[in-house]
Amino acid sequence: METLTAKQKQYLEQPKERISGSEAIVRCLLAEGVEVLYGYPGGAIMPVYDELYKYEGEINHVLTRHEQCAAHAAQGYARISGKVGVAMATSGPGATNLITGIADAQIDSTPMVCITGQVPSHLLGSDAFQETDIVGISTPVTKWNHQVTKASQIPEIIARAFYIAKSGRPGPVLIDITKDAQFEEFDFEYKKCTGVRSYVPVPKTDEAAISAAAEIINNAKKPMIVWGQGVILGKAEEELKAVIEKTGIPAAWTILGASAIPTSHPLNIGMVGMHGNYAPNVLTNECDVLIAIGMRFDDRVTGKLDEYATQAKIVHFEIDPSEIDKNIKTDVAVLGDARDSLSKLLPLLNSNSHPEWLQKFKDLYDIEYEKVIKNDLHPTTEGLTMGEVLKEINIQTKGEAAIVSDVGQHQMIACRYADFNVSKSNITSGGLGTMGFALPAAIGAKMAAPDREVVAIIGDGGYQMTIQELGTIFQNKVPVKIVVLNNEFLGMVRQWQQLFFDKRYASTEMVNPNFVAIAKGYYIEAQKVTKREDLASAVKEMIDSDEPYFLEVCVEKENNVFPMVPSGASVSDIRLE
Amino acid sequence: METEKQLYTISIYTENNIGLLNRISAIFQRRQINIESLNISVSEIEGVSRFTILINMTEERVKKIIGQIEKQVEVIKAYYHMDEDTICQESCLFKIKSDLLFEERQIQNIIKESNARIVTVNKVFFVLEKSGRRSEIDLLHRELSVFGIMQFVRSARIAVTKDELKITEMLNAFKN
Repeated sequence: METLTAKQKQYLEQPKERISGSEAIVRCLLAEGVEVLYGYPGGAIMPVYDELYKYEGEINHVLTRHEQCAAHAAQGYARISGKVGVAMATSGPGATNLITGIADAQIDSTPMVCITGQVPSHLLGSDAFQETDIVGISTPVTKWNHQVTKASQIPEIIARAFYIAKSGRPGPVLIDITKDAQFEEFDFEYKKCTGVRSYVPVPKTDEAAISAAAEIINNAKKPMIVWGQGVILGKAEEELKAVIEKTGIPAAWTILGASAIPTSHPLNIGMVGMHGNYAPNVLTNECDVLIAIGMRFDDRVTGKLDEYATQAKIVHFEIDPSEIDKNIKTDVAVLGDARDSLSKLLPLLNSNSHPEWLQKFKDLYDIEYEKVIKNDLHPTTEGLTMGEVLKEINIQTKGEAAIVSDVGQHQMIACRYADFNVSKSNITSGGLGTMGFALPAAIGAKMAAPDREVVAIIGDGGYQMTIQELGTIFQNKVPVKIVVLNNEFLGMVRQWQQLFFDKRYASTEMVNPNFVAIAKGYYIEAQKVTKREDLASAVKEMIDSDEPYFLEVCVEKENNVFPMVPSGASVSDIRLE
Repeated sequence: METEKQLYTISIYTENNIGLLNRISAIFQRRQINIESLNISVSEIEGVSRFTILINMTEERVKKIIGQIEKQVEVIKAYYHMDEDTICQESCLFKIKSDLLFEERQIQNIIKESNARIVTVNKVFFVLEKSGRRSEIDLLHRELSVFGIMQFVRSARIAVTKDELKITEMLNAFKN
């Protein structure tokens, strides 16, 4: 059961009162416990902003510098807190600018509610100024969406939006509200939504499936777990740890599963997938039982599908029935919430250990260390590596920072080398691969978790896609730490051009501005590092700062991220160089 | 698992909401699946709509599509059926010159034998209605084409299943 705050209760228990649709929207948000929302005003949403002005002490609206960033900030807020992120925009371009963030939240199962203003209902379909069919446009990238044309519909629809966004497999919901509905007065009363008759958020868990899963796991000689974000979304970190420790099964993670189990845990064997660790990728094709928990066998995880774990029995724990057998045929599927399923599974499992099998992972790790990790973390070449920057951040933050990464080489390096000691510490755009995600997402993450150190790791390409959010950081004094790993290239694309397009570097080289001057132009403390001997002190200065801080690190221009499963290759054909 | 493509009828029970058609058709569009026919109507349950969609694909694929359809919040339940599991019909209308009715005696025989029904006749044209299996409608179309058809339209397939679909129970379970 959800616990309600005192303020939330106050708004839930208000008697019926005649108010405008726009005031109702704000009161609905307060009743849902929303403390902060991200957005950008405009014509069709102005009545709501007028109410936000009146309710300023109650709810904090953060003006981002672009609507896309309002959505990403809401995502960052949701990802670190588990709460629903809220973004708001006007009609037309305001609404369409949200779409990238909405699509990102959809594919990464992030609970988010977006509220857009719409032209008055009598103008719908007339190609009015700033009219766009945002419900039509957002349909394929939302979990649910709805257009409201009457004020009286507002409470029920917003209640439903929050319920749908956060229940079951979470996702984004968009509510489009016409301007006349915002002005219209009605008798307002708010009731939280407790169910939708056509919607089953969590499928029933079949006890027989749990027993069948337990039997396969108990009889396995070379079992391996791959967990995903379902563990974090389902708050099943402790349950997963208990299963791993009781059975002694080595466990790997997908990019969005990162941080559910601490990096240092002896049974945590690293990341799977295209730039994951060598051992879990290679041994995917050697294990006899593969236990997938809250993950969806994305193509970046599986590589060539018909050469993925074909020797293994597949046990899949999953909340979304449509994921079962979607990409990989399972032997046993356990539907339901990860926490509930794993708690029921645990007593049926035998205590066990797999020392020889685990040794195989260690042996392959040693190979990866010699060929890749050593050079990334302890380079002997002159140029700085992205890996050593991560290593320094680990040291200075004691592995307790939340890492918000953008998309590309630095993202893979961040996920590979960041120490994750706390769950919900890896905030990145996994499924959609949205460049420009990190800076605004870091704003949301820091505001949701002010006590945590939030470090954004961004490439020089992605940084310039949403660089204007330095303005939001400055205006709102959000003490995020921004690290740009500058290789003057769109590094990941350049890497592919080098490996698969004979080094034809088409449109990947970047001539960059003075990033430090730009940060300072926004009154953000900034520093640039080009030499190894300056790195540690610069990172320390950044982490010690109580204010927003920008650190540019110039890294080797043409370093590649390895290991790598080439596109279309089998996971066991992973390359180390 | 059947890997050959064949015709499947998909039945979907949904809430009656604006935009749901868009949401469901997007599932097909995104996967480059051509919808052979689509019908949306009321169902046996008040306030609940029924989609009947005809597609040509493998069973493995249709199962995944059903999963994607059921995942939509406003979808109550989706099923797929093979032809032998359903009683299905299509309906069609032919508009034909009235002169032919008197000049071509053969047309009267065709109408009689096909169990088609004359809906209206005036001096200029008459309208013929025929319900049945696709093959019967196709046959009638071929036979009448010889004489010239002014207009022709065929409806989507509608189908009921031989097995019981427990939608009401499902909805009642939510109430309790």
